[in-house]
Amino acid sequence: MKKYDAIVIGAGHNGLTTAAYLAKSGLDVLVLERNDYIGGATVSRELHPETKYSNCSYVCSLLRPEIVRDLELPKYGLQVVPYGGGVTYQRDGNYYTNYDDHDRQYREIARFSKRDANAYERYTADVLKQTRLIRPFLMRTPPDPTSFKAKDLQELAYLASKFTGLGETGMADALRFWTMSIGDFLDEYFESDIIKAHMAGGGIIGTALGVYSPGTAYVLLHHYMGDVDGSVGAWGFARGGMGAVSNALYQAFMAHGGELKTGAGVDHLIVKNNQTKGVVCENGDEYYADVVVSGLDPKRTFLDIINEEDLPEDVIKKAKNFKIRGSSGKVNIALDGLPTFNGIDPRSVKMKGDFHFIDSLERMERAYDDWKDGTWSKDPFVDLLIPTLVDPTMAPTGKHMMTVFVQYCPPKVNGEEWTDADRDAFGQTVIDQIAQYSPDFKSLIAHAEVRTPRELEKEVGLTEGNIFQGELTFDQLMFNRPFPGYAQYRGPIKGMYMCASGTHPGGGVMAAPGANAAREVLLDLKRKNVVPEGYADD
Amino acid sequence: MTKQYDAIIIGAGHNGLTCAAYLAKAGKKVVVLEARDTVGGMASTSEFAPGFKVSNGAQYATMLNTQVMRDLGISLEYAAKDLPTVVINPDGNNLRMSGDTVSGNLSDSDKAQFSEFKAHTRKFAKVLSGALKVRPPKVVEGDWHDKINLMKLGLKMRLLGTDDMRDLMRIATINLYDVLNERFDNGQLKAAMSLDGIYGNHLAPRSPNTVLNYLYRRTGDLHGFNDPALVKGGMGKVGEAFAEAAKKAGVEIRTGAKVASINVHAEVASGVTLENGDVIEAKAIVSGADPKTTFQKLVGARNIEAGFVRRIRNFRAKGNVAKLQVALKDLPKFAGVDAKDAGGRLVITGDMDYVERAFNHAKYGEYSEKPVLDINIPSVHDDSLAPAGKHVMTVLVQYAPYELRAGWDENKETFKSIVMDLIETHAPGFKDLVEHSELLTPADLEAEFGVHGGHWHHGELTLNQFLMTRPVPTATQYSTPVDNLYLASAGTHPGGGVSGLCGHNAAKQILRTKGV
Repeated sequence: MKKYDAIVIGAGHNGLTTAAYLAKSGLDVLVLERNDYIGGATVSRELHPETKYSNCSYVCSLLRPEIVRDLELPKYGLQVVPYGGGVTYQRDGNYYTNYDDHDRQYREIARFSKRDANAYERYTADVLKQTRLIRPFLMRTPPDPTSFKAKDLQELAYLASKFTGLGETGMADALRFWTMSIGDFLDEYFESDIIKAHMAGGGIIGTALGVYSPGTAYVLLHHYMGDVDGSVGAWGFARGGMGAVSNALYQAFMAHGGELKTGAGVDHLIVKNNQTKGVVCENGDEYYADVVVSGLDPKRTFLDIINEEDLPEDVIKKAKNFKIRGSSGKVNIALDGLPTFNGIDPRSVKMKGDFHFIDSLERMERAYDDWKDGTWSKDPFVDLLIPTLVDPTMAPTGKHMMTVFVQYCPPKVNGEEWTDADRDAFGQTVIDQIAQYSPDFKSLIAHAEVRTPRELEKEVGLTEGNIFQGELTFDQLMFNRPFPGYAQYRGPIKGMYMCASGTHPGGGVMAAPGANAAREVLLDLKRKNVVPEGYADD
Repeated sequence: MTKQYDAIIIGAGHNGLTCAAYLAKAGKKVVVLEARDTVGGMASTSEFAPGFKVSNGAQYATMLNTQVMRDLGISLEYAAKDLPTVVINPDGNNLRMSGDTVSGNLSDSDKAQFSEFKAHTRKFAKVLSGALKVRPPKVVEGDWHDKINLMKLGLKMRLLGTDDMRDLMRIATINLYDVLNERFDNGQLKAAMSLDGIYGNHLAPRSPNTVLNYLYRRTGDLHGFNDPALVKGGMGKVGEAFAEAAKKAGVEIRTGAKVASINVHAEVASGVTLENGDVIEAKAIVSGADPKTTFQKLVGARNIEAGFVRRIRNFRAKGNVAKLQVALKDLPKFAGVDAKDAGGRLVITGDMDYVERAFNHAKYGEYSEKPVLDINIPSVHDDSLAPAGKHVMTVLVQYAPYELRAGWDENKETFKSIVMDLIETHAPGFKDLVEHSELLTPADLEAEFGVHGGHWHHGELTLNQFLMTRPVPTATQYSTPVDNLYLASAGTHPGGGVSGLCGHNAAKQILRTKGV
């Protein structure tokens, strides 16, 4: 039977990126996808007639521009449209508007606090400093600090030089920033509750931590380090939905001669003498290759599709201890018309950005307390967008689609599996919160898809519904991601690799893990590197 | 004009005294100015009711550094060493932790893991401990001294071996909740262990940095304090012993001499002005007061650059621990606690979720409705503390935030009765034995000892206020942006706990500085 050069498990955006680069280097590559559609959590699905939902990931910023250029993704239909605006409501109905225009934004913040308006510039400059520090590491393989290999020492020296380049105080400030809570960090700049609440969202999205948990400032950075067309920190919509990203990657892969099978869930890896030989699918089909790259999360990879006897004991233990907590939910809503929000002109730019309905850090932290107690937040932090105002291709003319990301939503409810009743109650909590600010919203709902970590796990395969394939805490970042000793994309079995968000640099539609993994595979196969190197925007 | 002293030390806390003693031993002329009438700062014993004495600041000896003690010729008499920790329950089904063993209704796996975990983390504490007794290295601007310290630290980590080094780098920044859950089953055991990671800080088991604090506490193990010890006569004796050592080295100590301001002109400090108007000058002014008090009150914001003022303002130092002290007619009976453990450390910690919920309140400026308690009856081991046949009890209570939204004045008694009731459920009849009781909130500790926020460590002990970030970048090596002004308090590296290391490191660094 045919033997491929490499098999990639899972057609998520990272799996497709790895596959595209391996195919580009001339290898014969097969991608196996369990679902009938590709994209993993980077999809657009028509779940209501003529209305498409980006029902998992919903906005784009982190996708590495060097990959977009190198794989010519725009040629295959990828277009990222930036958006601005958005409001954060106070309980009393007053709201803060997020303007792109610098002077307008200054005046808007000053409406709440003159001091905060003055501090905002310092805040942005300080965060961007950290962004500049981290961006060059995204497309590099993390060094193993315990190794004495020339490559690792060289990489460690590079890392050290980047840090020391900040100067003594700059370095100490970086250390502070990376280890502190977003709440404490914002408290250092701002006094107004609503301004802090507006800024804090990025520190908790997708993360099972509260705004006052140390380490969340880094999570903010993770949502700040991307760009749209070179505008750092900006976010945009992929035209046609997030599926456009995976479709473009898929077409790049096909253009390089790749092969992809859907409906082909992998049951287990074939391993002989600690060398991967291929995979056996759930339907019994077998495919052979000496290189097998897993795009599944670390728990699924090591506890599900690899036989226990083929793995060293420490890896099983590490996989079991890997933190992959679901903390987010999603409600996707088809609307018969554009809902009106209190005090906002429907034609205003304010409608085109993120809506938040939580006006203080304390309310955000209390939302996290609910999660800790095992339930969804009764007063959740939501990130609401109406993409059809920017990208009309998502719904028929005159109709709209709304995407509502919800923090927090636990993987289990009080320790029990989610029931449909729980799910509906969760959805209702979210809808009720929105309706407080939009009187006609409920009457316009044509269809709603409520997604809890249960749905995310079942459909996309993300364990516990963790959108990052594993918490972004320091025990699971850089050379610790997914586990210490296995952070260079290679698994414990020869020929076995990992390529998705469970590896450095982590979650989000970034494609960097996929590209980095491809580079390491090519290195081991002694082939010429075709993955773009380095980063030069600063 | 020649200055009267080489150095003025503000505050006769144990760190100030340690610094003074080292400087005097090096031949410097040193004066220590203490606002209170007694020495020792938070290492203090007070008579809070006639005949009843108690350590009203620090409670246990857990970190005293052997090298500092040896250098200064200090020896202490202990009323008890190696106090067991007993996790108490109303039904008497208790757990007992002593040294590296734990007993009680536990799985064999938990028992084995307990010993293993203590030994494992002690290895990491050894690595950490090397970095605690020297100044925090400057990485970029550092001199050869810093480079050697950094290399030593790196080498020590390497010597752990690959697996342990990886594990240290994995857990050092995270929380005890996850690390303990990886190993242990028993909820009460985990909660009681997590106590060593949350003490005095605004942290709960799920908060990252709790492993760091746990390791920090374990460095005390290397000096003979695997379990806490009680100093005979209370912690005030520690303060006195340090004062004696300083005097022997030639230090002049003035009590009742409250410093009103540090005199700074053009970012150069020349001396201090006392509250009575006296001005004392010296080549070096060393503040044993916490960083916020030092710069916000004594130096004054107008005398420092704005960026530094901001950094000091952002230094987090709001205490979370209250102290209950009780004079008792007789020894209360805790279910399942036998005579040999009656003077041990009796803790009420529930499981880790209990601690976490207790902490939730503190986040919003409320006291814990179901607090975490660390109860000790030192008079069991030390009859000098109470009249014959009677006893004193001290209880460390978490969480009691410094800034209680509803106000401490109005709510102190309510909170006290919550704590008393909780003790009563574990020791029926306890309340009938009470002759006198008082609760010291962080606000009271601030008023009593002059520590900002009543914070045990003079500031949160978290990674963003640790090593080269403690207390704030640009003031990390005991010197400050104000020339001739130095810091030696627990607000500097390595941090809180009665170890003497802050004073020791500060003195070494000051002696390296030219012109002092």
